[in-house]
Amino acid sequence: MDTVLAAPTPTPRPSGGLPSPTTTAGERAAALAAADAVARPTEKMSAHDLHAWFGKAEALKGITLPLLERRVTAIIGPSGCGKSTFVRCLNRMHEVVPGARVAGRVLLDGQDVYASQVNPVRVRRRVGMVFQKPNPFPTMSIRENTLAGLRLGGEKAPDPAGLAEKALRQAALWDEVKDILGRSGSGLSGGQQQRLCIARALALEPEVLLMDEPCSALDPIATARIEELIHGLRERYTIVIVTHNMQQAARVADYTAFFHLGELVEYDRTDVLFTRPSRQRTEDYITGRFG
Amino acid sequence: MSAPSSRTHDLAIRRAELAPQRVFQAIGLVALVLPLLLLAFLFGSSLVDAWPRLDWDFLTAFPSRKPALAGILPALVGTTCLMGLTAAIAIPVGLGAALYLEEYARPSRLTMLIELNISTLAGVPSIIYGLLGLEVFARVLGMGRSLLTGACTLALLLLPMVIMASREALRTVPQSLREASYALGADKWRTLRGVVLPMCLPGVLTGVILSLARAIGETAPLITIGALTYVAFLPDSVHSEFTALPIQIFNWVSRPQAGFHVNAAAGIVVLVGLMLLLNGFAIWLRARLQRRVYW
Repeated sequence: MDTVLAAPTPTPRPSGGLPSPTTTAGERAAALAAADAVARPTEKMSAHDLHAWFGKAEALKGITLPLLERRVTAIIGPSGCGKSTFVRCLNRMHEVVPGARVAGRVLLDGQDVYASQVNPVRVRRRVGMVFQKPNPFPTMSIRENTLAGLRLGGEKAPDPAGLAEKALRQAALWDEVKDILGRSGSGLSGGQQQRLCIARALALEPEVLLMDEPCSALDPIATARIEELIHGLRERYTIVIVTHNMQQAARVADYTAFFHLGELVEYDRTDVLFTRPSRQRTEDYITGRFG
Repeated sequence: MSAPSSRTHDLAIRRAELAPQRVFQAIGLVALVLPLLLLAFLFGSSLVDAWPRLDWDFLTAFPSRKPALAGILPALVGTTCLMGLTAAIAIPVGLGAALYLEEYARPSRLTMLIELNISTLAGVPSIIYGLLGLEVFARVLGMGRSLLTGACTLALLLLPMVIMASREALRTVPQSLREASYALGADKWRTLRGVVLPMCLPGVLTGVILSLARAIGETAPLITIGALTYVAFLPDSVHSEFTALPIQIFNWVSRPQAGFHVNAAAGIVVLVGLMLLLNGFAIWLRARLQRRVYW
């Protein structure tokens, strides 16, 4: 593999301690990433020589990539580069598609989620996922949707009302829905539905949150709300976000991985990848020469 | 049409172009109206014939040798019990088969063969099912000419339709919702129970009720398995002998006395009324359940 990975060793940048209140999200991310260079966070998850197929078509050709704890990692790349397939391999959702196959290792806290004795249901319980298109359950109310993970998993919450409120607050949706919890989730706007899906994932208190182009079906205002939400969630969760929007990656991610044709081309701190990419293909993509 | 006087005359309507459209429209209209008229005529003449006998007594009396005293209570009760039992057998078996074929079975030669057979079975004449019921349920399993035999036979007759309707309903549940459920850490069974089944229930129930509405008029299989034609008692258990509306009607029609023909007409009106009631119930149920499925 001619990919740049393993420990990103960025040129140390003078980090001025805590970011000042006026810094932008991007600068905050840069400061955080610079601090990571001194004391690198642990790898919450990591992929090692990960291959994935749809039938005979190889969608991932040996990806090795760390996902650092309590950091936002963005996966960017042109359509069909395998970025969605990659995150679906992380929580074993890839194999749900008929004819799909995976080889390689994915570690979650050092445990291989593809080991033979692993129950995929337990992996998905710890690694939550938000999909491209908001998909609240049409037969459930807003409250039931929020708690759907527990109900479908056969778990009993000691305080369902409190848990629903907590999850909806975390997803920044509580104030908008607190009076209509019994109503359908499908009556909400697209952005609200997507935050409901985020609340549904958060109610299970996952350790990792995978977001597969969570804003691509949303308007700019709803997108901004979701991005704001991600900034708040990064303190508690390890987040992986797939996006075809490079500005979005630059805004929300601490680290960015660039995929092309099923390969990992480059992985680095977001600010480094976007300002001083070390590979020609990355530079061509972020400057809009292809993609 | 006026003579072309401006530059727009190219765009004007031309009679020759319209003619074929009109003809097709007319043919379509005739094709629609003709069967409706026939049906209305049939039902109307039955209603006129039946009118003098259609009263509460007719519904609550037992059969009699005197046409004016004869009623359809045993047949009405028999048909109601028969339909209830048939539904109770056909729904779980049909839905289970559909779930297996749609959600669990891997595509293979065997499943293809099964699928092919199910659609073929839907077209098998009902009297064949009657013969099967007579041999398997009445004789081999020793259930005799009971309600249970009748219900099992009719359930068999309905199964292909119930399976096909249920599969159709299962297929309408989008993959994205199943994935959402899996991603929340639900296994296949809980996904089916918590997400898929509630969503496809209106479709399944509609399919079941519509096929029941067809089965309510089935006469041949019931005659084959030996449902009684003269019953002076009500069924008291599933093992009890019984009669059903179409059989009672068939019996009356074949009598020579004119009075029984009036009774037959009245029976037809009751049967059609019951069928319409079932169809109406299906529509109501679907509307109600679909309101719960918020899109």
